[in-house]
Amino acid sequence: MASEYTIRIGGAAGQGMQFIGGLLVRGFSDAGFYTFTHQDYMSRIKGGHNFYQIRISNHPISSSRNTFDILLALNRETIEIHAPEINKSGLILYDSEIIKHDYSQEEFFHVPFTDIIRQLDLDKVMSTSVALGAVLGCAGFESLLGFETIISNFIPVTTEGVIASQVKAGQAGLDYITKALEPSRRLLPIGQPEKDKDFLFINGNHAIGLGALVSGCKFYSAYPMTPATSIMLYLISKAEKYGIIVEQAEDEISAINMALGASYGGVRAMTGTSGGGFALMTEGVSLAGITETPIVIAEVQRPGPATGLPTRTEQSDLFFVIFGGHGEFPRVVFTPGTPEQALSLTNKAFHLAEKYQIPVFIQSDQYLADSQWTLEDLDTESLQYEDFRLRGSELSNTDFYQRYSLSENGVSPLAIPGASKHLVVVDSDEHDQDGHIIEDAHTRNMMVEKRYHKKLPLINREIAPPILHGYQKPDIVVTCYGSTFGVTKEAVERLGAKYKIAMLHFSEVYPFPLRDIFDYVDMLNTAKTTLCVENNVSGQFAQLMRMETGFEFDARINKFDGRPFGLDYLLGEIDGYLRGL
Amino acid sequence: MVTLEDYKGQEPAWCPGCGNFAILNIIKRALTELEIAPHQLTIVSGIGQGAKMPHYMKCNTFNGLHGRTLPVATGLRMANHDMLVIAIAGDGDCYGEGGNHLLHAIRRNVNVKLFVHNNQIYGLTKGQASPTTTEGTITKTQPFGSLSSQLNPLAMAISLDCGFVARGFAGASGLPFLKEIMKEAIRHKGFALVDILQNCISFNKVNTFHWYKDRTYELPDDHDPYDRISAFQKSLEWGDTIPTGIFYRKDKKSFEEKIPGIKDTPLVLQPFSFSDAKMEISGN
Ligand SMILES: Cc1ncc(C[n+]2csc(CCOP(=O)(O)OP(=O)(O)O)c2C)c(N)n1
Ligand SMILES: [Mg+2]
Repeated sequence: MASEYTIRIGGAAGQGMQFIGGLLVRGFSDAGFYTFTHQDYMSRIKGGHNFYQIRISNHPISSSRNTFDILLALNRETIEIHAPEINKSGLILYDSEIIKHDYSQEEFFHVPFTDIIRQLDLDKVMSTSVALGAVLGCAGFESLLGFETIISNFIPVTTEGVIASQVKAGQAGLDYITKALEPSRRLLPIGQPEKDKDFLFINGNHAIGLGALVSGCKFYSAYPMTPATSIMLYLISKAEKYGIIVEQAEDEISAINMALGASYGGVRAMTGTSGGGFALMTEGVSLAGITETPIVIAEVQRPGPATGLPTRTEQSDLFFVIFGGHGEFPRVVFTPGTPEQALSLTNKAFHLAEKYQIPVFIQSDQYLADSQWTLEDLDTESLQYEDFRLRGSELSNTDFYQRYSLSENGVSPLAIPGASKHLVVVDSDEHDQDGHIIEDAHTRNMMVEKRYHKKLPLINREIAPPILHGYQKPDIVVTCYGSTFGVTKEAVERLGAKYKIAMLHFSEVYPFPLRDIFDYVDMLNTAKTTLCVENNVSGQFAQLMRMETGFEFDARINKFDGRPFGLDYLLGEIDGYLRGL
Repeated sequence: MVTLEDYKGQEPAWCPGCGNFAILNIIKRALTELEIAPHQLTIVSGIGQGAKMPHYMKCNTFNGLHGRTLPVATGLRMANHDMLVIAIAGDGDCYGEGGNHLLHAIRRNVNVKLFVHNNQIYGLTKGQASPTTTEGTITKTQPFGSLSSQLNPLAMAISLDCGFVARGFAGASGLPFLKEIMKEAIRHKGFALVDILQNCISFNKVNTFHWYKDRTYELPDDHDPYDRISAFQKSLEWGDTIPTGIFYRKDKKSFEEKIPGIKDTPLVLQPFSFSDAKMEISGN
C-alpha cells in the first residue's frame, strides 16, 4: 500500500487539463482522500505549456511535490519538460496518435485515447474522460469513483446523454488499463483513509472572497489583473444573494477611490489587485490614511518588476505593501499561508479596518491564490462581526458631531453621511476636528498624535504573534511568512525525525507582532541555527525582521524563478544546508 | 426652510477678485432655492483652488485627491443613491489628472453633478497650462507657448452622449443664468457636466474677467438641447462669441437605476446578516 501519489497533467492551454484535473480531485476527495492541487500556466489562452498537478494522500497535506508518479502527457513538450522528474516505478501515459511519437522506455505506456473514442463513436472531446479513466486505473483504482455524480456536479449544464457518454468513455479508459497494463506495472493502491469526511474545496482567492462576504463587505471595485481577478469573480457570483455591488473600474486608481467613496458612504468596501495595479493605488492608500476611511485591500502578488511573469508566483511586494503610500499613517498587513488563514484574516482585516478606520491589507500570491486545498472544516466560531459605525438613533441622538473629534484612544466616531443632520466632512488635506482644511502646526500635531501615536499602539496589540510548529524548544528554526506555510510545515515535519526542528510562520506581519505573549526573538536567539525561507530574491522578510528586532538569520533560502517551493526542493535545500554545517 | 445661513462656512482663502467667489455664492443660492439641506448633499472635490470650495460651505464633504473626484463620487452614489452628490473640480483636476475618470463617469451615466471651475489654468500651482489653456499661451512651464491644442470639454461630452452638457460664466451678468443651469443639472437624473468659465486673477492674464464678459452670451430660447447635432455645432463656437446655457440633454437611465441590487433600498440601508453569511461557509 502507498500513502500518497502525485499526478501531473501537462499539455497546451485548451487541451482540457483543468477538466481532467478538476474531476480527479473531486473524485479523490469524495472517496475520502486529501488532495493538494497547484497549477502552472502560461499567460496565453491557447497553446504553450501548462500543467495541473494533483497530490493525493491518505493523510493531510499542504504542499506540492517536485516529482510525480503519473504523468498524463497531452503533448510532446510535456514529456520533454517533465520526464526527468519521474519517481521510481512511475508511469507516463500518452497517446502516440496525439504525440506522434512512440517511446520504448519502461516507464512509458501508450493509451490510445483517440482510437478508443473512435471505436465508441463518441465526440472527440470525450477523449479527456478516457484519459481520466486510464489515470485512475494506473493509480490502482478499480472504479471511476462516483464519476457520474461528480461530472454532473462539475459541469452543471450537461444533459443525461452527455453524462452517460462521459461515463462510458471513462470506463473504457479504466478497462483499457486493466486489460493492457500488466498489474506489476500499475501503482499500488493508496491505503484507504478513515472515511466519512466531508471535504471542502478551496483556494486562496476563494477564501479571501468568502472572508469578505462573511465580514459584511458590500462593495468591491477592481480592475482585472491576474492573479487577483478570481476574488472579484467569486464576489460577483455571490453579489445577488448577499447584496454586494461589484464594479469593474476604469483603472486601479479609480478602483481604490471608488471603494473609499463607498466606505465614506457607510458600507464595508474592498478592492483587490496585483503589484502593478497596487502601484497605481498607492496615493489612494495614503488618502485612506489621512481621511481615516476604512478599506480592505487584497494584493495578490506575481513576479515583477513591471509585468514580470504574469501568471506565476513570488513574494516580492512585502515592502511595497508595508511602505507604499506617501506620508505616515498606521496600516495593517496580513500574509495568510492557507485558505483557513485567508478566510479568518480577511475577516479580521474588515474588523480592524473599521475599528481603527485604517487601510488593512491581505497580501497573498499566485501560488496561494490558485492552489486548491481539501479541508475537513473551516472554523466559523472565531469569525467576528461588529458594526463600528455611528448610525440610526445613536447618531440622531448625538448632540454634537465632529468627524475627527479628538478622543482618548485616537478613534473618532465614524458617522454615516445623510443619516442625520450631522455633517460628515473628510479631507485629504490636514484638517481640524470638523474635517476642514488647516495649516497651523498645533492642529497638525494633534492630528498626527491622534492618527499615529494614539492608534498605533492599540493596533499593534491586535496583531497575533507568529506560530511555532514542531519542536517547542528547537535547535533549528525555519522561519517563513505567507504562502510558504504549507510547504515549510511539511518539510519541518519530515525533518523532525532527524533534527530538533520547528517552523516559525508569520501571517500577521505589520505592525510587527509584539513579543510579550510569545518572545519569538528570544526563541530564535536560543536556537542553534535559523533559516528564513522566502519566494523572492532580496529576503524582504529577513530584512524586516532585522529592522524590527535586530535579529539576523544565519541563512536565507530564496527562490525567485516564478515557481513555488515544492516539498522535495525545500527539503533538499534545508537538509543540504544543515548537513553542510 | 433652508437658508443661505445654513450653508455658511469658513472665510475663503482665495485671491480677491477670483471668480470662485461668484460660483460659491450662486451654488449656495441654487441649493437653498431647491430646499436641499446641507446634510442631504455631499460635495466631493479634488485639489485645486476651486476644489477648496466645500470648506467655505457647510455640507457633507469628501475633499479627496487631485483628479479623483469622480471615482469617489461614483462609489458614494453606489453606496447611497439617496444622497445628492456634486463633484467640484478644476479644469486641471478633471480634464487633466482625472481625464480618464471623466470619460467613464459619462459612459456610466452615474447620477453625479460635475461643476468644473474652468479658469483655463492651473491656479493652485501658480500658473501652468491646463488642458483648456489657449494654444500658444506662454507660461513658466510652457516658455514656447502651450504646444497642445485646447480641449473642448463640451464637444467631448456631447460626442460621448453625456446626458446633460452645459456651460456657465461666473460673472455678475451670468450668475442668474448659471444658477438656473445648476438647478437643472441637479434635477437631471444622470451625469451632468457644467463647465463654468471663471477668471483667475493671478495667473490667467489672457482669459480675464472682461475677456469672458465680452464674449459670453446665452443660448437663445429656440436652441433645442435634445438635438445632438445642433448641440455639437454650438459647442464648437469659441472665439469672439462663446455661448452659455444647456447645450445638450438626453434622458436615459442612470447607472444606479441599472444596478439590480439597489432598486428598492440604497446599499447603505440594506441590513447584513452575519449568521446568514456564515451559512455560506458551512454550506460551501
Ligand atoms: C497627484 C498630484 N499631482 C499634482 C498636484 C499638484 N496640483 C495641485 S492642484 C493642481 C492643478 C490645479 O489646477 P486646477 O485643477 O485647474 O485648479 P485651480 O487651482 O485652477 O482651481 C496641481 C497640479 C497634486 N496635488 N497632486
Ligand atoms: Mg484651473
